[in-house]
Amino acid sequence: MKAIELQVNGVKRALAVDVERPLLSVLRDELKLTGSKYGCGEGQCGACTVLVDGQATRSCITPVAEVSGKRIVTIEGLATNGRLHVVQQAFLDAEAFQCAYCTPGMIMSGVALLDKNANPDAQEIARSMQGNICRCGAYPRIVTAILSAAQAKKGGAK
Amino acid sequence: MNEPTFTQAATQAATEGAAEAAFEPERYELAGAPAYHFEVARRDFFKLFGGGVFVLLLLKGAAAQQEESGGSRRRGGNTGVPQDIASWLQIAEDGAVTVYTGKVEVGQNIRTSLAQVVAEELRVSVNAIRLVMADTELTPYDAGTFGSRTTPVMAAQLRRVAAAARELLLDLAAEQWKKDRATLLADGGKVTDPATKRALTFGQLSKGQRLVKTVTDAANPTPVKQWKVAGASVAKVDGRAFVTGAHRYTPDLQRPGMLYGKVLRPTSFGATLTAADSREAEKLPGVTVVRDGDFLGVSAPDEATARKALSLVRAEWKAASAQPSTRELFDYLRKNPSGAGSRPVESLGKVADGLAQADVKLEQSYTVAYIAHAPLEPRAAVAEWQDGKLTVWTGTQRPFGVRSELANAFRIGEENVRVIVPDTGSAYGGKHTGEAAVEAARLARAAGKPVKLVWSREEEFTWAYFRPAGVIDIRSGARRDGTLTAWEFHNYNSGASAIRTLYEVPNQQIEFHPTRSPLKQGSYRGLAATANHFARESHMDELARAVNIDPLAFRLKNLKDQRLRAVLEAAAKQFGWGRKKSSPHQGFGIAGGFEKGGYVATCAEVSVEPDSGRVRIVRAVTAFECGAILNPDQLKNQIEGSVVMAIGGALFEAIDFADGKILNPRFSRYRVPRFGDMPILETVLVDRPDLPSAGAGETPIVCLAPAVGNAIFDATGKRPRSLPMAVNGLKA
Repeated sequence: MKAIELQVNGVKRALAVDVERPLLSVLRDELKLTGSKYGCGEGQCGACTVLVDGQATRSCITPVAEVSGKRIVTIEGLATNGRLHVVQQAFLDAEAFQCAYCTPGMIMSGVALLDKNANPDAQEIARSMQGNICRCGAYPRIVTAILSAAQAKKGGAK
Repeated sequence: MNEPTFTQAATQAATEGAAEAAFEPERYELAGAPAYHFEVARRDFFKLFGGGVFVLLLLKGAAAQQEESGGSRRRGGNTGVPQDIASWLQIAEDGAVTVYTGKVEVGQNIRTSLAQVVAEELRVSVNAIRLVMADTELTPYDAGTFGSRTTPVMAAQLRRVAAAARELLLDLAAEQWKKDRATLLADGGKVTDPATKRALTFGQLSKGQRLVKTVTDAANPTPVKQWKVAGASVAKVDGRAFVTGAHRYTPDLQRPGMLYGKVLRPTSFGATLTAADSREAEKLPGVTVVRDGDFLGVSAPDEATARKALSLVRAEWKAASAQPSTRELFDYLRKNPSGAGSRPVESLGKVADGLAQADVKLEQSYTVAYIAHAPLEPRAAVAEWQDGKLTVWTGTQRPFGVRSELANAFRIGEENVRVIVPDTGSAYGGKHTGEAAVEAARLARAAGKPVKLVWSREEEFTWAYFRPAGVIDIRSGARRDGTLTAWEFHNYNSGASAIRTLYEVPNQQIEFHPTRSPLKQGSYRGLAATANHFARESHMDELARAVNIDPLAFRLKNLKDQRLRAVLEAAAKQFGWGRKKSSPHQGFGIAGGFEKGGYVATCAEVSVEPDSGRVRIVRAVTAFECGAILNPDQLKNQIEGSVVMAIGGALFEAIDFADGKILNPRFSRYRVPRFGDMPILETVLVDRPDLPSAGAGETPIVCLAPAVGNAIFDATGKRPRSLPMAVNGLKA
């Protein structure tokens, strides 16, 4: 066990954890942030995606020690003052989900993509999101959502 | 007589559940109607919900028998909602409308469409309706959310209940105002007297009431033509909770003092536990080990400790006798009929005569592999015992069935078991049985604390039941002008859903042959309709080629069913069927079908890389018709999702197994459709408001594989007859 400090959604948290423990497990079981999901435990499905210093990261295969001192953002940290992030709103408007279990991971991956590439086309979105699985098959709607979020961002939305 | 051990009882309960799941759920075991009604108990039950107006839909006679499903019968005793109630609705003293239904929400969005039909009848907005779903203590008995039955059955019931509630509110206002109810209007959450403009809200009307009204049939449900809320593309009612991560799926739940559970899995299917030394595991702080026959599980204060404890158990397993592997699968299915014996489903004329009349005769075999549901939310349960009463939260399609499994496993009355299903991260037919619930409850009982148990992805791919594999043999004959003369169709193991052909053939022999199965199998979205449509629609294509007639024209020539003709023509029109290819590696295919009240047709365009044989689905157009549409966008979502899911089974999904082990139990080895696999997806909704609404959760899946197979033939001249068709490109 080691004492570490995590910065999650703008809040610094001091924890005593096994350094090899996956970040996902710490987020869900210690910090009670259950928005990031377990889907496979091997970084293959993207349901656990969070942002670490702006990068989309598979928290199920990221040892918590690796992210000590870094800026972590989870799905719970996207909305500001009750106002949805532009990508969250776009998912709602496009009804880009069915069971929505993959949705937090999809949204976080989408946020990371748009922060890097403000104007992706459908193929670039598909390539960038290849690591996120949606078993319900909402892929086309997710692409639509991210395209429209990109448009909204260009128009000044956050 | 020895009482069965926990493991035996649990295994039996799960086996019955799995057997029931494997047994096509449309074939409900007909059980008798309930022996007695609980008039007194009913009023007492509803006292729990405060004051207001309660409207209950009572099932009578044949309808009641229809709803019974083998293995999860209504039982006597105080088990929550009085048992003859199909669904019910409360208008509380503050005017809040709550609907109670035993159905579960697994992503098909019935939470929204059911709210729509109620909102329509009560003339309020969807946001004024709250649904309480899938809680065995609060909601009426329901056989399970499967079989595409929610829309045709539950939605129809809720229309009647809500229409009756509306009529009741009009009656209450009429009584208060001493006016003829026919002059009053219900709208916007109140009853108005247009003559005097006075109004009473639902809350005012139900205040001080304790009125329980029972209806058995429709008060006047609103005609489809007049729909304003039903029939509209209303957004998912609680979408915000999902895009913010606020919604709690079963694995997200926390209970005070909760432990984390893990089960020691056998090293191979059918292995028995001959020795287990758990002393080292028991030394870990807060760990409880449970051994009960072949069941061995641990609970611990955190997941890492639970995993560590499990790894410290020294177990010896005795493997079952040799088991077939993937290589021997189809041979095994042909040679191992199960005791049930084969069932002729259709027998018309004489196939031999039909073949004699034919100008072309074909004989082909088709196969489908076992595939996995792989729902993104794994099977999971949180179990808590309190004073001899068990509560389990779990993602299951059969809360009442799982309640029975739990009651049987622990030999307690069902009145002491409560199952609650949070909106769940998908199921696709794979979550009918309650293994995780029973496992969590067993660990919780031993530990004396609540236990959360979440299956790993490897456990999901190994210990859940699979979609049945199958072998299908077809023998057929047609005249040179394209008329079908003979059709003989044998399905081994996969199932009898959609085994009948809708084409006109005077000489038919259609049989389903149950066989033993090397792997545990059960329901999967569409059941055997996918396999049977793949075989039939591929074979129809082969016949069309043999007589040199366009595949669409060939089908229409032998098809009288207007609804199937309509979707074939709609898909073909949207696709541009009949246009010339623009490249030698391009191919076009078409397939049509029917199942569970829904009609579907898919046209596919593929591109096949000549050297590698890699297949890319470029475009897929699907036309679908299911009667009156409750929510067009929701329907499109289901169709698109089904087609995407179908791509996996069509091209690359297959469970690989040997020696009682699954060889590809993870996403890195079991390929599922991803963003990169997406074709251009188009959907044509054929709206038939004049016809009763049918379900749409399954049927759209069935025509993608044969349309793609037919397109592959069109592109290459090679005919794929096995699903999956192109794991790493077409087989040479």
